[in-house]
Amino acid sequence: MSAPAGSPHPAASARIPPKLGGAAASGAAAPAGPGPGPHQQNGPAQNQMQVPSEYGLPPQNYIVPSGHYSQGPGKMTSLPLDSQSGDYYSGLYTVPTQNVATPNTASQQAGAQQMYGRAPPAPHAVGSTPGSFQGASSSASHLQTSASQPYSSFVNHYNSPATHSASSSVASQGFPSTCGHYALSTVSNAAYPSISYPSLPAGDPYGPQMFTSQNAPAVRPIRDNSFSGQNTAVSHPSPLPPPPSRQYHQQQSLSGYSTFSWSAPGLPSTQDNLIRNHTSLATASNPTNTVADSLSCSVMQNVQPKSSPVVSTVVSGASSTRMPPAANRPVEPVASVTQPSELLQQKGVDSSSTTSSASPMPNSYDALEGGSYPDVLSSSASSPAPDPAPDPVPAPAPAAPQPSKMPKPFGYGYPTLQPGYQNATAPLNSGGPSSSPVYSGFQQYAQQYPGMNQLSSSLGGLSLQSSSQPESLRPVNLTQERNILPMTPVWAPVPNLNLDLKKLNCSPDSFRCTLTNIPQTQALLNKAKLPLGLLLHPFRDLTQLPVITSNTIVRCRSCRTYINPFVSFIDQRRWKCNLCYRVNDVPEEFMYNPLTRSYGEPHKRPEVQNSTVEFIASSDYMLRPPQPAVYLFVLDVSHNAVEAGYLTVLCQSLLENLDKLPGDSRTRIGFMTFDSTIHFYNLQEGLSQPQMLIVSDIDDVFLPTPDSLLVNLYESKELIKDLLNALPNMFTNTRETHSALGPALQAAFKLMSPTGGRVSVFQTQLPSLGAGLLQSREDPNQRSSTKVVQHLGPATDFYKKLALDCSGQQTAVDLFLLSSQYSDLASLACMSKYSAGCIYYYPSFHYTHNPSQAEKLQKDLKRYLTRKIGFEAVMRIRCTKGLSMHTFHGNFFVRSTDLLSLANINPDAGFAVQLSIEESLTDTSLVCFQTALLYTSSKGERRIRVHTLCLPVGSSLADVYAGVDVQAAVCLLANMAVDRSISSSLSDARDALVNAVVDSLSAYGSTVSNLQHSGLIAPSSLKLFPLYVLALLKQKAFRTGTSTRLDDRVYAMCQIKCQPLVHLMKMIHPNLYRIDRLTDEGAIHVNDRVVPQPPLQKLSAEKLTREGAFLMDCGSIFYIWIGKSCDNNFIEDVLGYPDFASIPQKMTHLPELDTLSSERARSFITWLRDSRPLSPVLHVVKDESPAKTEFFQHLIEDRTEAALSYYEFLLHVQQQICK
Amino acid sequence: GRCYLLSCVRLFGRATCLAIIAFDELKTDYKNPIDQRNTLDPVVLPEYLIHASFCVMFLCAAEWLTLGLNMPLLAYHIWRYMSRPVMSGPGLYDPTTIMNADILAYCQKEGWCKLAFYLLALFYCLYGMIYVLVSS
Repeated sequence: MSAPAGSPHPAASARIPPKLGGAAASGAAAPAGPGPGPHQQNGPAQNQMQVPSEYGLPPQNYIVPSGHYSQGPGKMTSLPLDSQSGDYYSGLYTVPTQNVATPNTASQQAGAQQMYGRAPPAPHAVGSTPGSFQGASSSASHLQTSASQPYSSFVNHYNSPATHSASSSVASQGFPSTCGHYALSTVSNAAYPSISYPSLPAGDPYGPQMFTSQNAPAVRPIRDNSFSGQNTAVSHPSPLPPPPSRQYHQQQSLSGYSTFSWSAPGLPSTQDNLIRNHTSLATASNPTNTVADSLSCSVMQNVQPKSSPVVSTVVSGASSTRMPPAANRPVEPVASVTQPSELLQQKGVDSSSTTSSASPMPNSYDALEGGSYPDVLSSSASSPAPDPAPDPVPAPAPAAPQPSKMPKPFGYGYPTLQPGYQNATAPLNSGGPSSSPVYSGFQQYAQQYPGMNQLSSSLGGLSLQSSSQPESLRPVNLTQERNILPMTPVWAPVPNLNLDLKKLNCSPDSFRCTLTNIPQTQALLNKAKLPLGLLLHPFRDLTQLPVITSNTIVRCRSCRTYINPFVSFIDQRRWKCNLCYRVNDVPEEFMYNPLTRSYGEPHKRPEVQNSTVEFIASSDYMLRPPQPAVYLFVLDVSHNAVEAGYLTVLCQSLLENLDKLPGDSRTRIGFMTFDSTIHFYNLQEGLSQPQMLIVSDIDDVFLPTPDSLLVNLYESKELIKDLLNALPNMFTNTRETHSALGPALQAAFKLMSPTGGRVSVFQTQLPSLGAGLLQSREDPNQRSSTKVVQHLGPATDFYKKLALDCSGQQTAVDLFLLSSQYSDLASLACMSKYSAGCIYYYPSFHYTHNPSQAEKLQKDLKRYLTRKIGFEAVMRIRCTKGLSMHTFHGNFFVRSTDLLSLANINPDAGFAVQLSIEESLTDTSLVCFQTALLYTSSKGERRIRVHTLCLPVGSSLADVYAGVDVQAAVCLLANMAVDRSISSSLSDARDALVNAVVDSLSAYGSTVSNLQHSGLIAPSSLKLFPLYVLALLKQKAFRTGTSTRLDDRVYAMCQIKCQPLVHLMKMIHPNLYRIDRLTDEGAIHVNDRVVPQPPLQKLSAEKLTREGAFLMDCGSIFYIWIGKSCDNNFIEDVLGYPDFASIPQKMTHLPELDTLSSERARSFITWLRDSRPLSPVLHVVKDESPAKTEFFQHLIEDRTEAALSYYEFLLHVQQQICK
Repeated sequence: GRCYLLSCVRLFGRATCLAIIAFDELKTDYKNPIDQRNTLDPVVLPEYLIHASFCVMFLCAAEWLTLGLNMPLLAYHIWRYMSRPVMSGPGLYDPTTIMNADILAYCQKEGWCKLAFYLLALFYCLYGMIYVLVSS
């Protein structure tokens, strides 16, 4: 917490001569190359901005988009780049990514212009026909959303390019000339700023008219057709010639995919850019944000429909996951797209891509190369809809699978190209290997492609590089910006690296840094008043992961860093470590590349082509033979527990998932129950029935038959099943109310210590006997106290000591607390915190009285029992010399300055690390972080998963502010605040949070921004910071003045400490959607389902209309709020009741009704639900029902008795700054 | 006089003892925090007690100046022990938080400061002892 609390005060007062608010922007623009006409020549961002304002200047707009797009698409576009872009690139933009897109257009220009003129009309015509034009529809949708907004036109422009590109791509295949649209437009724009084009494209024309009808239809047609790409194609008058069509499909699907995924992430950025530019340029108002958001949404949607199911899933994953477009994709191996099964990632991983020995199959190649695809898939875990993605199988869009596969082979064609990037692009562009030449030659083709790329890229985030600086630094007047929340999810910013590195960089899902431009010195960091740290999700479920079997794992000899994509090869035989700069030899074995079966290309090895890889470790990495999977269940069977009835749920889940427990033939399992005594179960093979052994000496616990309590799962399966069937009824008449948890844990420790493994503890009340007994510490009258919240820390160190002992014996303790009363979670949680376990909490659990909790337990258990698990793990985090680890957050035991001891690791565990800068980084421009997770898989293999993240170093405050990842920063702050509230006090932690906002904004205001505004100015990259911090202050963990049970609060804190960022953000700032008017507009396809994508609403009661129904996604809980005058059709179609009055108070399921709106609502909810570690429970909340207060608590922008509204909070912050 | 002599020796002993602790902490990088806790914690309470007993001796000997010099440290020790993390046995260090950079830095600084203080106290005592010997 030192950071927030540490130096809260905005000392920043020293006013640096205003560098120009614009300074930042100008800096950003600079790369683009300052042109005479700001509009035309400025960086992409500027162009965009101008466009909106000027409306008439279409060319500029286009150009801009292309730039943006190109970035995102970079992968896709990469080919063109190679061939054509070189000059363009360097000339126009310093930043590579942007250029990529543009070059294409440039080359195409001449032809394009003419084409262009034609093209625009076509879209219009098409537009009228439903579905024909995706782009149109998208634009239309954009228009809709944005229509009201002043800058809608702007948006349109923006969108239009996207559409164009789509259409163009289609055209190119069929009609080379036509294809040009997009490209042309862009080109023309660039070349000929004055062209009349602009007015047309803006999309204003199309958007509105076409919009309503188009959306739905567009999607459908697509499906029907084998072509994933058809939508776009449709727009063109004449269908594509057959032969091309195939390729086209592929391309399109890919492109669609790419665009989509990218677009989702990218859009916001582009929007931002635009917006920012706007503001910076001159226009004061920011309404554009919303517009932009809407745009982005629409774009995404459009793209998606095109793609076949596979693609769509990918997309969805991408979008949901918020993969940063370029960076992520490249990193992960695309190759085995077809294989991926969601849950089985492990297996997939294991089997799918073993590079070393593998033959150079296209798949593996892709994987190695790090195509964009896999990443998306991999992202599934984080993304809402993981399931669908993996299986391309679904019939509806046969074409899709092909495309996805296709790319790989193509990738082959371009060995010289950068791995991931080029591969992806190549396939898209060309049908076959020949494509590359074609590509370059074909302007149209290229153009189309670029168009797509551009879209995607711009959407995706490439914008980061080129435009990010200006945009992310665009000053936003927070007090005047009414709709600060974008309509689409916020994506991680993409580090401002060159294209190659960006492609190779680690997925932000696994690895994020709060500052994507690392400050050069600690002094600079202190000046920026922002927390510096990493957020890790190291064991995330991945569908694609290169697994490397190799005799020698190449590591730096001095710092032991694993070889990674960011090392430099001095020559064939030597490489230079990127963390400590030592020069190492390349071992002989490393010279051979199993993928390509070539020798002498160490830089093509998978280790050097992927920033996330897994090694199969040799015996050097073992202290003992890999342990088997061992599971022990410790169950509370006191009266309280039996009354709650959790045993039934647990035993049922276990019976169902017994075969799915991760493990091999050595897997062992055991059971213990306890009340005031401890019961062991002898399940030794050969017994006729389970034998219960009771130990009543809880002061000195011993194991009655140490050898037969943990038994082989397969040998004793029948006995285990007998026991599980009998358990729920064994204690039904118990009168024992005491709970000897401590002694039971000691026994469990004794039982587990020879092997290590996982202990799952189910507890329902305060431990009241033996060691570790606890007293109630909560004073219910203090629950809503605004002053002091006590007892956030443990009451005893018994559980901590036990956890450390367990950790030392490679045993993790997972706690399931199911209690209706205070159970001192603060003390109990220690058993999991320090043994790398996880904590589940089900307040007021009752099997029958609280069915929603029972259902939640059941779902959680399913995930818990079947998810991947790693044993006897350690994680080491290394970073470039000059940086050091300061503090770690998460569940683990820190064994040395950079080594975390994790008895178990699970895919739902997240970690955070605070960093400090010990030495100046002036002599380096890049900083790398590497986490290496060494674990024993459930199959008894020793493996090392390595993630490497590369970030640029920023030398100015403007750089630092431009690179802020606000979500990561907020999550890190939340972790620090938890520590602070435990070590100091809750109010301290709250003050520290507020100070974090005050300090950073005032530092920004006094140093970077030169604007003398009366309002509260924040860089665009930080515009959500106050909102998120306010959300944190109103979060259960930190709120005051609202009645909060101590256990609830402590649980929220535990969650903050160990949830990965994606989940944590939902906890902090829930997503609100309006669901009574779901349409297929912009819907995405997940498997064969259509998932609507309603825009995000801000969390304010002003958005709730009585006529509507709203869904709030709080991460672990869903609320559906039904307005009083909600349309009866909706209530009937979706909820299954005739009118509002007849809806029951407790409703936790949506009935499966055979209506369109029901289907949409359910598919949307299912999509949101998928792949959450804690499966959310659904609550239907009627307006005016008592439960609604709970719902309204999450409307964090509103005022409550105890807390400020968002606006008031801003004023408060402003006041603090002015002090 | 004897009091000074005694305190000299004892102080020296304590100084070395603390020095070890300080160095231990410095070396923490190479040591498991649990081991470190196990070596340090048993020493903490005795050290504090010895220091307190010296203070009592100074009080008995009516060495007001020396007592005054030691009072701040005594107060610090009391505060430090009162605010130690929740733990059942004697001791001061929590292996789960000791690796936190802030706490580690604090402990190291504390170790060095105390070492310096003890050294100064040693010389002060030596001076006092010699002065007594010479003057008598």
